[in-house]
Amino acid sequence: MKLVLPNPGLEDRIPSYEDLDRMEKEEAGDRPKWDNKAQYILTCVGFCIGIGNVWRFPYLCQSHGGGAFLIPYVILLVLEGMPLLLLEFAIGQRLRKGSVGVWRAISPYLTGVGVASMLVSLLIGLYYNTLIAWILWYLFNSFQSPLPWAQCPLNDNGTGFVPECQRSSAVDYYFYRVTLNSSASIVDSGGIHWPIVLCLLAAWTVMCVCYIRGIGTSGKAVYVTAILPYIVLAIFLIRGLTLKGALSGIKFLFTPDVDELMKPTTWLDAGAQVFYAFSLAWGGLISFSSYNPVHNNCMQDAVILSAITGLTSIYAATVTYTIIGFRATEKYDSCISDNIMTLLNAFELPEDSISTSNYDAAFNHLNSSSPDIILALDIKICDLQTLLSEGVEGTGLAFIVFTEAITQMPGSPAWSVLFFIMLLCLGISTLFGNIEGVVVPLKDLNMLPQKWPQEALTGVTCAVAFVISLLFAQHSGIYWVTLFDNFAGSVPLLTIGFFEMIAVVYIYGIDRFNEDLEFMVGYKPSIFWQVTWRFISPLIVLVILVFYLVTQVQEELTYLVWDPNSEEFPTLASVPYPSWINALIFLLAGVPSLAVPVYALCRLVFICSQSALIAATFNYIILYMRCQEATPVYSSTLMLVWCFWALTMHYKYSDGRCRATN
Amino acid sequence: MLEKILVLLCLPSALAQHLCTPGASDGYKVRLSIKTALGDQAYVWNENEMFLFRATLAFAMRTHFNGQMYNVSNIVVCDETPRVSFWFVVTSPLDTSTLVDRKDVEEAVRKSRNRINSAFLLTDKTLEFIGIAPTLAAPVYPDPPPWLIVFGVVMGAVGAGIIILLVTSVLQKKRKKNEKSEGEDDEEDTRVKTVENGTASDGVYNMSFSDDERFTKM
Repeated sequence: MKLVLPNPGLEDRIPSYEDLDRMEKEEAGDRPKWDNKAQYILTCVGFCIGIGNVWRFPYLCQSHGGGAFLIPYVILLVLEGMPLLLLEFAIGQRLRKGSVGVWRAISPYLTGVGVASMLVSLLIGLYYNTLIAWILWYLFNSFQSPLPWAQCPLNDNGTGFVPECQRSSAVDYYFYRVTLNSSASIVDSGGIHWPIVLCLLAAWTVMCVCYIRGIGTSGKAVYVTAILPYIVLAIFLIRGLTLKGALSGIKFLFTPDVDELMKPTTWLDAGAQVFYAFSLAWGGLISFSSYNPVHNNCMQDAVILSAITGLTSIYAATVTYTIIGFRATEKYDSCISDNIMTLLNAFELPEDSISTSNYDAAFNHLNSSSPDIILALDIKICDLQTLLSEGVEGTGLAFIVFTEAITQMPGSPAWSVLFFIMLLCLGISTLFGNIEGVVVPLKDLNMLPQKWPQEALTGVTCAVAFVISLLFAQHSGIYWVTLFDNFAGSVPLLTIGFFEMIAVVYIYGIDRFNEDLEFMVGYKPSIFWQVTWRFISPLIVLVILVFYLVTQVQEELTYLVWDPNSEEFPTLASVPYPSWINALIFLLAGVPSLAVPVYALCRLVFICSQSALIAATFNYIILYMRCQEATPVYSSTLMLVWCFWALTMHYKYSDGRCRATN
Repeated sequence: MLEKILVLLCLPSALAQHLCTPGASDGYKVRLSIKTALGDQAYVWNENEMFLFRATLAFAMRTHFNGQMYNVSNIVVCDETPRVSFWFVVTSPLDTSTLVDRKDVEEAVRKSRNRINSAFLLTDKTLEFIGIAPTLAAPVYPDPPPWLIVFGVVMGAVGAGIIILLVTSVLQKKRKKNEKSEGEDDEEDTRVKTVENGTASDGVYNMSFSDDERFTKM
């Protein structure tokens, strides 16, 4: 298909093949470069493999039919994730600029795509680093035995535990009260919680030092942050498999339920997860790829990265569910023991008359003989399946379920330190890509001066981001994090990804893109890539986006709060958002998504050269003053002349050269 | 005569026995979970163990009421079950028909709870006095909190890292500047030579060869 939108001046904005070869030979320019291919691959792997692989994918896998979920996941990985990945790699390598530079080179009207990427990266980076701050808090507190979340604090007279802790659990209390001191609603800000401020400071300072010279320092740091999680996961896998109940967890995870494949939500969730897993549309991948040598085989890289991401997700899910299975089995066993003890105490039976093996038989016998006593006892129902499926997503998984499981493992401080170091490395390596996607566009858009050294750019960005992220250090911080997570990181990314594909395929030109790949890699991309780039991937992303918008608009906006005064305590209560949240959601989700069309529209309407506008107006005023006694015919002719002049100036400078800073 | 003495001896205990009833207002229920606590090494609950319990409780009463001579006979036990649970009441040593007040018994047990537990190799959870809540061991909070120490270490390391990196990049820039200025001087010399000696298109005229020519001619 030869459908390409007209794009004048494209040749002037992008380096030609001769330029690229010459730049390659001379190693001209002060653009940073990767020390070796391994650094590049590790940085991309670290960027793609994030905390979401540990705490989002396993939950999706288990709730959408276990092993059967892998089918839509792999299909969408290949049809949606891989083509967009190769697109970002190739366009960055070819045009050798960051995300704003690349889109501006393709067409100045598309600068909005780069701006949107930058905004999304900034918003995501703010709340992501808050999660890192929480992980740091838990890491700092893991260097003591017993772990502080293993036991509730005592009440005043020392005979029992604090009631809030008694009603929920020690780990819940530690997360919501001690760590966050969360208020009961997002409106109730409650002031700043200073331990979190310190942890935020630590998080941003660590980011600053790792990225202080750009990829020069972060490229060294990824050797640790990208490889260490795999080692720790292996250690946890070995430990997990030796724990009681691990296999029931794995069985629960992978038991296929083929009926789930019929539901559209399964496919939608799989598509969304693939999209977020690859960190597409953040702008970081384009930047990283632009530091590569011109003839780097980006097609191979895209396939390798897709395979690594898919396999790591499954690997992390397995490890996670061994630990979840262990915890669920422990809780089940203690539930049964408690019930046995209650029955023994009520019926004054000797201790070993009821054991776990004959519990059911004994219970039924007692129930039939004296049901009224049984009823009064309030025996809890112990169900392993319920325990396996409770609270296993997001922050709940890491800070509540896993921490509880770790307290029951012998040598818990060591396991806790290992676990949180792993989460820290996963998060930091993702943030490298994030901060790249913020700093480089800010430089390209001239919001930060070009002359500043990389150290100053990183320092300023981190300092400003730290001040803004103090928003999350309030007592209502967790609700803000959830808000950002739901709205800043969902719809805008899908929108930007869609526009990226349209831009490259239909505005840059798929034929030109194929030739570029042939020049860089040595052979033209196969029919698989052609079909996916042109139709399949944009269609999939569009479908997911539309469904997402439709479901979001229909739902009432509610969020979960930790409210000791609510009736459902200790379960999180669902309360509606206040009315001003709509404006905030528009800021988070609407502004980045709309940045693309709005920027293009503004550029179309404005005559880009202010000097051309001034000259045109001046011209008109002179003409008008000369012909003040002119008849309407003359003044309308003058008007037409002015319009013609203005349009000529507009089209003459529409390739963006009129801006002095371009 | 002997019978009378026997009756007189049995009478107080018989009298005292009727004071102990399950649900007595001044009595407490005790529950032991020996197998849960000790597993394979659990001992069998028998009369001797009961005697030890009564003796330990008498010890607790004596410790609390300094001076009053409580004896094993002052601890009256009833309603033993196979669960190993029973009720007990404490009679006053001065008058075996009156019971010691509930609160006093509670105080005495609380004070010596540790000793009572260790006599039976049990814990607060496995030797329960129903109605007497155990005073829980307070979790130890070391001061300064350990997390601040780790935080300080991390921040110190990171701060040192930033300073080192900044200093090395400033030094590198200075070195580059010096090299650049030296390199520029050399370039200028060769350029000057080219202009003076060689023709524009032929490149640099090498002075050393022309010198040799003069000597060889000689």
